[in-house]
Amino acid sequence: MNAPNKSGWKPSTPAGTEGKFGGPSTTTGNKALMLEEALIFEIGTTDTTGVDLPEIDASAPSKLGGFARDAEIGLPGLAEPEAVRHYTRLSRQNYGIDLGFFPLGSCTMKHNPRLNEKVARMPGFADVHPLAPVDTVQGALGVINELAHWLITLTGMHGVAMSPKAGAHGELCGILCIRAALEARGDAREVVLVPESAHGTNPATAAFAGYKVEDIPANSDGRVDLDALKARLGPDVAAVMITNPNTCGLFEPDLREISDAVHAAGGFVYCDGANFNAIVGRVRPGDLGVDAMHINLHKTFSTPHGGGGPGSGPVVLSEALSPYGPLPYTARTKDGQIHLIEEEQADAFSDEHFGGKMNSFGRMTAFHGQMGMYTRALTYMLSHGADGLKQVSEDAVLNANYILRAMEDVLHAPYAHSGPCMHEALFGDKDFAEGLTTLDLAKGLIDEGYHPMTMYFPLVVHGAMLVEPTETESKATIDQFITAFRSVVERAKNGDQSLKTAPHYAPRSRLDETMAARKPLLSYVEADAD
Amino acid sequence: MRYLPLTDTDRGEMLKAVGADNIDDLFVDVPEVARLSGPIGDLPMHAGEMAVEKHMRQLSKQNLAAADAAFFLGAGAYRHHIPASVDHIIQRGEFLTAYTPYQPEIAQGTLQMLFEFQSQVARLYGCAVANASMYDGSTACWEAVAMAGRITKRSKAVLSGALHPHYTEVVKTMAKFTGDEIADSAPSVQAQPDNAGLIARIDDNTSCVVVQYPDILGRMPDLAELAEAAHAKGALLIAVNTEPVALGAIKSPGELGADIVVGEGQAIGVGLQFGGPYLGLFAVRDKKHVRQMPGRLCGETVDADGRRGFVLTLSTREQHIRREKATSNICTNSGLCALAFSVHMTLLGEKGLRQLAGENHRLACMAAEKLAAVPGVTVLNESFFNEFTVTIDGDARQIVRELAKDNILAGVSLSRLYPGVDAFSGGLLVAVTETTTEEDIETLCSALKEKLS
Repeated sequence: MNAPNKSGWKPSTPAGTEGKFGGPSTTTGNKALMLEEALIFEIGTTDTTGVDLPEIDASAPSKLGGFARDAEIGLPGLAEPEAVRHYTRLSRQNYGIDLGFFPLGSCTMKHNPRLNEKVARMPGFADVHPLAPVDTVQGALGVINELAHWLITLTGMHGVAMSPKAGAHGELCGILCIRAALEARGDAREVVLVPESAHGTNPATAAFAGYKVEDIPANSDGRVDLDALKARLGPDVAAVMITNPNTCGLFEPDLREISDAVHAAGGFVYCDGANFNAIVGRVRPGDLGVDAMHINLHKTFSTPHGGGGPGSGPVVLSEALSPYGPLPYTARTKDGQIHLIEEEQADAFSDEHFGGKMNSFGRMTAFHGQMGMYTRALTYMLSHGADGLKQVSEDAVLNANYILRAMEDVLHAPYAHSGPCMHEALFGDKDFAEGLTTLDLAKGLIDEGYHPMTMYFPLVVHGAMLVEPTETESKATIDQFITAFRSVVERAKNGDQSLKTAPHYAPRSRLDETMAARKPLLSYVEADAD
Repeated sequence: MRYLPLTDTDRGEMLKAVGADNIDDLFVDVPEVARLSGPIGDLPMHAGEMAVEKHMRQLSKQNLAAADAAFFLGAGAYRHHIPASVDHIIQRGEFLTAYTPYQPEIAQGTLQMLFEFQSQVARLYGCAVANASMYDGSTACWEAVAMAGRITKRSKAVLSGALHPHYTEVVKTMAKFTGDEIADSAPSVQAQPDNAGLIARIDDNTSCVVVQYPDILGRMPDLAELAEAAHAKGALLIAVNTEPVALGAIKSPGELGADIVVGEGQAIGVGLQFGGPYLGLFAVRDKKHVRQMPGRLCGETVDADGRRGFVLTLSTREQHIRREKATSNICTNSGLCALAFSVHMTLLGEKGLRQLAGENHRLACMAAEKLAAVPGVTVLNESFFNEFTVTIDGDARQIVRELAKDNILAGVSLSRLYPGVDAFSGGLLVAVTETTTEEDIETLCSALKEKLS
């Protein structure tokens, strides 16, 4: 059994079948398993329902204060079989990790274990109200505390703010902690430095927090230009926002030196933890002098991306920033009881836990954060354990380097000379034929059955392609992807015009985004309306 | 390890292929000081499914699940029955394990669902356009305040005292960093919301008036009157709804003149989950404000072959294009919760939603009547949907804690929401939904009778 696929079977398109998939048109628009589906507004009616509830008793007393709704809302209903079929048919027009390889750089599209889903649905987690008396939710608070302990330990940090709802919300949390800490010492600083390769949320976050954003240039190795950074530091710089590993997929070897320089100048270091999957279990950001870092539980810790959220973005904090973190937080007292520290108890808990005053900058969200993600992430951590998480980062990095080295002879890899990459490999479109772009290549990969890599990010590389395989892919999957990737790259370099109209085999061909933006149609309108 | 497909043989071959002797060669850029070796703190080693499940089950059993109690908690998170097919659909891997639909040709499932979701929310709210969702109601509320500032170019937001206090805190926290002025006040515990007091606080620098409907005490503020007063001063009316089921029974905020309508969608399809993930809803009554909206928007278009399709659109408002000039730093939405909401809403349909709202209101009226008959209990509200405030002769928070020992979750005390306000110590919010039985109501009434006698 140590030689899988003894027969040597390979997927292929038999000779003579080219063009066959166009086929004749059908009356339904369907093509066998590729099924078209109308909108619920076109198939449902306002008097159809998929639930069984009592009829409204018109004579029952009403306490609605004269606000009873009379006009029709216009919400279509479907009976259960029709509803299940509608969404099942829609689902089949989606690509997901469960379906195939999804190397979307900086998004960490790893397998989502189903044990996580099972645990999150235990009634003791799923069916618990956030404002239930704390005596009745000790297990839920226990989950938060246990997860907090894992996050603090894995990152070598002092504290963690659990409540941020997503990565960008976590970034905001970190920057607000920094601003609160600076204000507490009466130090009004105005500038946040952000590398030019940074994710768009970094400058947006800093600007929101009231800071002026300045770019830090990159050096020819794709890393932060240390000298330029040091030269810019001064009494007006509140923080430096760094992504490590950075968005070029490279570790920032000077981060410790950067942190020391920033601290010496009185500023703080924010680390974007989007790429933590590359180093979890092998490197603790706390050892590199980081003051705040958000962790995307939906990336490194396998909670599902769900077609665009919900995410979860706890922020680990240094000792200097911990007292400023947002409410609420959880804390265990000496008697073993876990307490939820909301606005009212914050002062009482200060001394015991921070050796000084808790000075929270306030509340970022109602209730306590993404509990449903905490249970999933904790389940994942317990499954892997400390040893397994180290293997996670190692396999993720190995898979990415394997792709980098397998591609660099055919595809421009601007930083391949810098040494090994971390968990993602970055390429550019330099050698493509005139008129063919990264977008065309990505659409060609769709026809090959893959979800494309991240395109045009980071901005520092022309026509960037950022490939992140993650650790949950087999060598066979990656080998097959490399074969397909190389062939599509060759087509792009050779000027294969069929790429311009790809994808040819997806549920839709290219969509007209210009028309969508010029005449926005964002809500269903009945044909007979104006 | 069950989630890692590489074998040691694979690893050896792959290391060789990349020219590395061992895995450490790939981490050469990590400085010596930051390299971990050996165990990490006190963290345990890997464990099998059975062991992990057992550990988590033990934690879950230390919580009192709503289904095991006579349950009356609300205050922004509501327990409703979720049809079994909702959870089935959201667990389909094509939805669960998809990403943000950046490659629309292979994401039409998510995109069409979002278009339907936006249309459902817009209709429910009486608005022209809704976005593809926000993190939750409280963050949506702040984003609405920020948006009103951009539209009116004014910096003072007037908050109703009867806005959910967590929402108020979120807005105040964010405003500290943007320099906006937030005028808030404590709620007045009286039968009717204090519209006149709120209107008196609107001035020429007011960007928006933020009012919850139904409000934190379950009352119905007259939105039309507030809209008129806000508009007269050039301000926008932001209506906040935390119980979307209510909108099956009462007029929509858009219909009553609210300019921006935001809220929490959790009550439909999402479940309690100890507070998250939830679903922020965000809509504008007039589509002229669309380009100032935060968050993702899905729009209809056609593909190269002329077939109808959907894409994310108007992204020039967003951070990945505009960077520091974006309307918000938000980068995600609450996609899977939006799907749960949309599936549940499709199962309900207009008919089911109205019936659901009717059943909630019927049971809430019954509970109010029975509680009013308990000596020492007074029902405050003249009007309500499925949640109302009672005042009891005693420390409501303490009584809630005591009743919890008998598996009665009696409600959310005002002291939990407004700690330290003595005048609120007898206040208790009681929420009643279709999951509440007449027996639950009797249980609560007799327990209170006993406590207060």
